[in-house]
Parts: sequence; structure tokens; C-alpha cells
Amino acid sequence: MKGYNFAYLDEQTKRMIRRALLKAVAIPGHQVPFGSREMPLPYGWGTGGIQVTASVLGSGDVLKVIDQGADDTTNAVSIRRFFARTAGVQTTTYTADATVIQTRHRIPEKTLRDDQIIVYQVPQPEPLFRLEPSRIETRRMHSLADYGLMHVKLYEDIARFGQISISYDYPVMVNHRYLMSPSPIPAFDNPKMHLMPALQLFGAGREKRIYAIPPWTEVQSLDFNDHPFRPIRAPHPCGLCGATDSYLDEVVIDDRGGRLFVCSDTDHCAERRAAGHVGSEGMKEAAE
Amino acid sequence: MAYVTVKGGEQAIDNAHAWLAEERRGDPAVPDVSLAQIEGQLGRAVDRAMGEGSLYDRELAALAVKQAQGDLIEAAFLLRAYRTTLPRFAHSLPIDTTAMLIKRRISAVFKDLPGGQVLGPTYDYTHRLLDFELADGADHVGARRGTADGAAMPRVPDILGHEGLIEPDGDGEAEPGDLTREPLAFPATRDVRLQALARGDEGFLLALGYSTQRGYGGTHPFAGEIRMGEVSVEIEPPELGFAIDIGDITVTECQMVNQFKGSKTTPPQFTRGYGLVFGFSERKAMAMALVDRAMRAEELGEEVTAPAQNVEFVLYHSDNIEATGFVEHLKLPHYVDFQSELQNVRRMQQEVARAMEPAGVGAIDVAPSPLNPLPQGEGESARQGVVSP
Repeated sequence: MKGYNFAYLDEQTKRMIRRALLKAVAIPGHQVPFGSREMPLPYGWGTGGIQVTASVLGSGDVLKVIDQGADDTTNAVSIRRFFARTAGVQTTTYTADATVIQTRHRIPEKTLRDDQIIVYQVPQPEPLFRLEPSRIETRRMHSLADYGLMHVKLYEDIARFGQISISYDYPVMVNHRYLMSPSPIPAFDNPKMHLMPALQLFGAGREKRIYAIPPWTEVQSLDFNDHPFRPIRAPHPCGLCGATDSYLDEVVIDDRGGRLFVCSDTDHCAERRAAGHVGSEGMKEAAE
Repeated sequence: MAYVTVKGGEQAIDNAHAWLAEERRGDPAVPDVSLAQIEGQLGRAVDRAMGEGSLYDRELAALAVKQAQGDLIEAAFLLRAYRTTLPRFAHSLPIDTTAMLIKRRISAVFKDLPGGQVLGPTYDYTHRLLDFELADGADHVGARRGTADGAAMPRVPDILGHEGLIEPDGDGEAEPGDLTREPLAFPATRDVRLQALARGDEGFLLALGYSTQRGYGGTHPFAGEIRMGEVSVEIEPPELGFAIDIGDITVTECQMVNQFKGSKTTPPQFTRGYGLVFGFSERKAMAMALVDRAMRAEELGEEVTAPAQNVEFVLYHSDNIEATGFVEHLKLPHYVDFQSELQNVRRMQQEVARAMEPAGVGAIDVAPSPLNPLPQGEGESARQGVVSP
């Protein structure tokens, strides 16, 4: 794009971000402060992920951008266009074809490979912020691996509700050392982070933090022996492709309580349908 | 009809932006507003966009105000996103406000002082009556002109400083920090705090400054001096070895003088609160000076109890570009998180309902007892009669 460097950021800034990324990879789960730049998109709308993507993107990369698992949600469209415009890279909606995947709130259903990078947009990198708002304090707690506060919170949940009440942004322990926010992905996606072959990078622009999970790193969702971690999904098959193991969006179809459950990962759903899988809606359509 | 997944985000975005452009232009029968008009006639809006946008350029700020339809936070955002792409040729030398070409200078602590009190183009003492002649486009009456006497206008804290009544100012020798390059770290030094305040939201600083006056971390302030005018900006290119003037900017400076009883480490003396803002932005400069002083509580051995004294709280929440982005991001899709919460609430409700039912006993098997009389009717109501305490 005229007047702008490849992928918008100048090379000095990219170098600064790459240095932060290297440090983050070297200390899995540790939040590395970085000189987050002001982006032409608002803070809280993916500026951290965009800066990370801009720093790792090369001209030969193929970029996929998803929001809520879907390629066609407005902010995903906007970010994909931003890179198509400023970097001129090839974009795709096919998970398997992408070399870099920027995501907000989901991990694709398809298992990622070791030649792929997934970049998470992170609104709040500090997993302890609801329990301790001061970052001076939480930094100290991380340095001492003092995570008792979080265990007490989970215990209190069980005491009060009979179960842990966190359903998304479910805290994980990375490489047995750092407590980490997986970003607001559903707890359903947490197990995918464990021993993932792909490099996982996390960018929080407004909070000016970067962190990472190197490939094949152990990632455990916090739990107790007698209350093991349970990923939750709606107890329905996808209405379009019939999948029973994917994460579902709930679509309101009328004002009388009518609901349709469909895959949140639109690429996954489309691929299954192309392969001949049909859900209850598809059967209705065939009957019409 | 079968359900079809939502598509067409791209087209929707294009359409929305076309509509926005049309709304921005307004009625095409009304002349388009020029940047010169905005710069000249909406100067305070331009000042605010420059201050919070951290970029001194009146023309670009006027463009930002126009593009943002007068939404000044949006205008500041446009300026910030532009400034971040600009190369840095040089760093300026500290501006010298004692050498300011004064348009306004007042002190609330001395009735008269060298250089005198200069009201300047102020709204103070105007009666806030809507001027209907202005609506009719009446020609303004030009201000009377005189000749400046050229008298020096020393700054009030400097006058107090000669007597040792006020704490010395920092030496200003160290390289100042820069929040736009390095992330905020704690403890945050005063240079970084002042930078954050200078870029901070006027409304936020105003409310915080106000809160200190109402007992939340009082600082006993006096407006030692407020001055507004033009200062020259100088850089010293290494190849020249001497400073060159690259232009003038208008700034507003406020120096609060605060009563201080002294502490174990510091003798009784007046302390400083400092505010400096691009353009004519007196309200913000004053609020900034109050908050700056409040944030020095810990350094001066005062008890830290109020929001304005909490450095971390103030600095993490003063930036309106960060704040508006994150508050407004709530309108982005959250289908996935909400779905996980829906399943969670449904599951918890089911478990509560299960816990309420007597174990292994259906409602119709329960015989009425004096403690649990079966109400009239059957089914749900009868069952509830059994389980309710």
C-alpha cells in the first residue's frame, strides 16, 4: 500500500515486537511488556493480534482471520482486509491452507500443524485481574508462582455452585509454571492448546503484553482431582452438518423459543457439508 | 425454509461506510465546511483533538474533527493512528515557558506581580447567555489593540522559589520517558505520569481533579499561575551543535501551588502540581495540575487513600483512546463466550432443580401430611407444594 511499509508497521517496530515474541517463546506463558503501537483500528478490537501478525507475516504467507470461529464476522472481515491491503498477502478461509491464523475467541476444530502459527487477540492478558486489579501485585504473584488466590476462587465456586463456574477464558497453567489467560475462548477449546504442534502467540495491544506457547508445550486447565476439568458444549448435533463434537453457535430462529445449533467454526462446517454430512436442517431442506 | 448462515459482512461494511460518508456531508444544499473554518472558528475543538491526539498540527486536527463529525475522541484517535506512522527526525529541547509570547497570564495568589495580570481571550466573566446575533451571522466587533510593554513575566513558582518557600523543580536533566514507545512500568516516574496526563482525557482528569477538591485526596491547591501563549520549539541537530527554532506552538500551562505541612523527610513548604496542554485548554491544564500533585502523595509521605492518588489507577484509565476502544469492543460479537455462559447457566439451573426434588420420589407418590398439605390441583403445583420449605 502506497505510503506504508509492508504489513503497516515499520521494520523497527516489527523488530521490537519480534524480540518480545522471542522472549515470550523462551518463557512460555509469561507476559512480556512491549511497546504496543497505536493502530488504525481501535484498542480492544484486535490491535495486539494485528501487531503480532504483522511482525510474523512474510509475503509468502497465507492468512486466515476468524472471529467467533467464523471468517465472515464483521471484525474478521475488517482485519483480513487490513492485511490484504497493507501486506498484499494471500488470504483464505480454509484452515488447512493457512500458514498464519489470527483468531478471536476460538481455536479451529481442525488440528493445527507444526508449520502453522495461531495468533490470539487478547483483551485482558492478566488471568488474575478479577481477583487482584493491581498489576503491580499480580506481577509479584506471577514471579513467585503464587496462584493460591485462583485456586481459592475455583474452590469457592465448587463450594457455592457444586462446580467451577468459569465457562470461557478458563485459566490454564503453562509448562507447569505460569498461570495464563487462554483469551476468551470457550473452555471447550482449552484442551486443544495442550501439546499443540503449532506455535501459539498472544497479543494484547491495549494492555501492551505479548505471551506465547511454543509447540508441544503442556497446557493444563486448572482443576482439582475430585473436580476434574470438563469442557462444555451444547448437547446437540450441528443443524447443518450433523457434527456432534464441534463447538456450536446458538441461533434464535423465532420468538417462540425456537433454536438452531450450528458449528461456530464455519470452515469446519462447510468442509463437512462438502464431504456429504447433513444435519437436521439439511434434511428438512431435502424434504421440502 | 431452511436456515442459511449469515454471509456478506464485507458488503455490509462497505454499505455502512458509504452511509456514514453521506451522513457526514449532511444536506448537500448546505455548503461544505472547510478546514480553515474549523481551524479558525472551532479552535477549542481543534486544540482538544491535538492534545489528546498528541500531535500538534492544527490543519490535520481540523481534518480529523471534520472526518469525525465533531466527535473529538474519534478525532484524537485519527490523529494518534496517523502520528504513530511518522518517522522521528529529532527530539526537541524543553520548551521555555518563561519566554512565552503571552496571550493570557493570571495568578490567583498575588494581586499584582511583574508583568501584571492579563486576561486574554477568555470565557471567564462572560455571561452565559445564548447570543442570537451570532446565530444571524452578525459581524464581530474587533478587539482593541495596544502595544505590549515588553515587561518580563516571571513565573509565579519561580518568584516563590527565590525565597525557598516552594520546593525546587526537578532538574530535568534526565532523558524523559516516552509512553508511545515503551510500555508503562511501575513505579512510574513523574515525566511519564505527566506525559500520560497531557494525553489523557479531559473529562477524566476534570472529574479526578474535582474529586480531590471534595475530600478524596485533598491537595490544598492555589492556582499559582496559568499562562497561555506561543512558545518556540527548538531542536539541536548533532551536525550543527547549536539549537535552531523550528516553529511556534500555543500551549497552556498551569502551576498549582499546594500547601504542605512537611513530613519526616521534607520541611514545610509549598509543593507543585503541574499541567501543560497543547493549545488553549485551561480546564484540562488545571485539572492535570491537581491530579499531578495528588499522584505525588506517596513521594511526599502522604497517606494514599483516594482514586486520584492511586498512580496505577489514574495512569491505566486516563487514556480515552484505550478506554473508548475497550468499552466499545463490547459491541463486537461475543456469541462464543455467551454461548458457553448459556450452557453453564442451563446446567447450573438443572442441577439446582435436581437438588430441589426429593430423591427418587415422584410428586404423585407423596402423601399429604399436616406439614406438607397437598394444595388443590395436580402436577406442577402439587409438586411444588411438596418441595417448598
